[in-house]
Amino acid sequence: MKKIWLYTLFCLTAGVSTVAVAASASAEVSAETAFIFNTLSFLMHGFLVMWMAAGFCMLEAGLVRSKNTTIQCSKNIGLYSIAGVMYWLVGYNLMYSGVDGGWIGSFSPWAASDPAVTADGFKADDGNVYAAGSDWFFQMVFVAAAGSIVSGTVAERVKIFSFFIFIVILTAIIYPIQGSWTWGGGWLSEMGFSDFAGSTIVHSVGGWAALAGALIIGARKGKYGNDGQVTPMPGANLPLATLGTFILWLGWFGFNGGSQLAMGSAADAVAISSIYINTNLSAAGGVIAAIVLNQILYKKLDLTMALNGALGGLVAVTAEPLAPSPGLAIFIGGIGGIIVVLAVPLLDKLKIDDVVGAIPVHLLCGIWGTIAVVLSNSDASLATQLIGIVSIGLFTVLTSAIVWFVIKLTIGLRPTEEEELAGLDKSECGMEAYPEFN
Amino acid sequence: MKLVMAIIKPFKLDEVRDALTGLGIEGLTVSEVKGFGRQKGQTEIYRGAEYAVNFLPKIKIEVAVTDEILEQVVETIQKSANTGQIGDGKIFVVDLQTAVRIRTGDTGADAL
Repeated sequence: MKKIWLYTLFCLTAGVSTVAVAASASAEVSAETAFIFNTLSFLMHGFLVMWMAAGFCMLEAGLVRSKNTTIQCSKNIGLYSIAGVMYWLVGYNLMYSGVDGGWIGSFSPWAASDPAVTADGFKADDGNVYAAGSDWFFQMVFVAAAGSIVSGTVAERVKIFSFFIFIVILTAIIYPIQGSWTWGGGWLSEMGFSDFAGSTIVHSVGGWAALAGALIIGARKGKYGNDGQVTPMPGANLPLATLGTFILWLGWFGFNGGSQLAMGSAADAVAISSIYINTNLSAAGGVIAAIVLNQILYKKLDLTMALNGALGGLVAVTAEPLAPSPGLAIFIGGIGGIIVVLAVPLLDKLKIDDVVGAIPVHLLCGIWGTIAVVLSNSDASLATQLIGIVSIGLFTVLTSAIVWFVIKLTIGLRPTEEEELAGLDKSECGMEAYPEFN
Repeated sequence: MKLVMAIIKPFKLDEVRDALTGLGIEGLTVSEVKGFGRQKGQTEIYRGAEYAVNFLPKIKIEVAVTDEILEQVVETIQKSANTGQIGDGKIFVVDLQTAVRIRTGDTGADAL
């Protein structure tokens, strides 16, 4: 019924514009109008992604113990800022300037150049489809997301400046170089590797860097016993973790929706709408699958697994949020939720201490999502997807491991055992998150 | 005089208080405590890993009574705090040498 009504409205509107413009309805947006809407899309979706920094921060602040809350929040606001500066200084041009089918861009700071707007006003040109600054802004918030992923895994046991040094290298060098291979028009894009909004390029990269960090830094004191015994260290504030997850979920509409890279035509507007729907359904599928599987396995609903399930679903659909049908989006997200519930205890068996579950969520669901592209996108091939996953994975693990290792050998990664037991809030920040609460 | 100390389940506190005031008890001290008994705590699951909760939260009530109503008080607590499930708690009775009401200086049973 509603569809018929909408269709009638559409015909009426189309009729009116035909009379008014005497041309086909959708193609007649002026180049400047399209420029404005494309730019609006980058900016609007960009600040939604910026808000994901708050989501990561709250999620992590909720899942660490209260004695490590101040340092976790400090890491998050610090890394977001470092990422922005480094991406301006070298990251963007390393990723997008002069890659030309190769594997690296140019080492230079980004500078706004907008040939579209001249002294004579707007100059229509094929290359001028959005403001250069809006694109920079949108890409900058993505690199910050990759950094946030690392922060969650290595929580509660790394010195803050050691972590910041890693973030400098990650956001200035590691992320942009591998990003140039696909999004910058490098060799992977020429092969046909498909990663729409970054299941591999953002999420798995963050996950690989986190994995390298977790292995080199080691587990929190007391987490794993000699006889294979695991000692859980429950998070201090689950409402905060839940808020963080909802913020990330909201931000993801910007992450995936903005990756359409255009909003200047009806076709783009339809595509963005489909992306929102699939993004939401995939997250929902992830939550439901995680809840059901956890109930079956442990006879309890573990909220933290439900939260990870939402994020697992979101990461999984990120590589191809446009092409899947709604049913397929739920399936892709559901598998993400299952991966999370199974992988979290598996990492504990391997004694890889991942405080917030970022490795299952971002690395493993990112790999799954990148493979799942072939389920709906006929242009993608499984072999090429695997080449992308493996090459980006190898590059990121190796470079990250080198950086973590060099930091370990120079200024060191961990605080003393005593400082770690007392909580890093005191030794690293000199203040507690909840000083009046005992 | 005797001091009755009872460790009870937290959600039973209001019932115990009502039952004791029904006996004419005019004062009661309550603390939030943690401890274990014959079950030695519980196990819980966090993110797929079991862990032991070695100390469970309980409520400790302390009430000073005269020897005449001691038996009645103990019986009242035992009945009102009872759920029939494990972990209902314990009641301890110890001799109370003296009691002083700070405002007036009254001592002994007059201070209760």
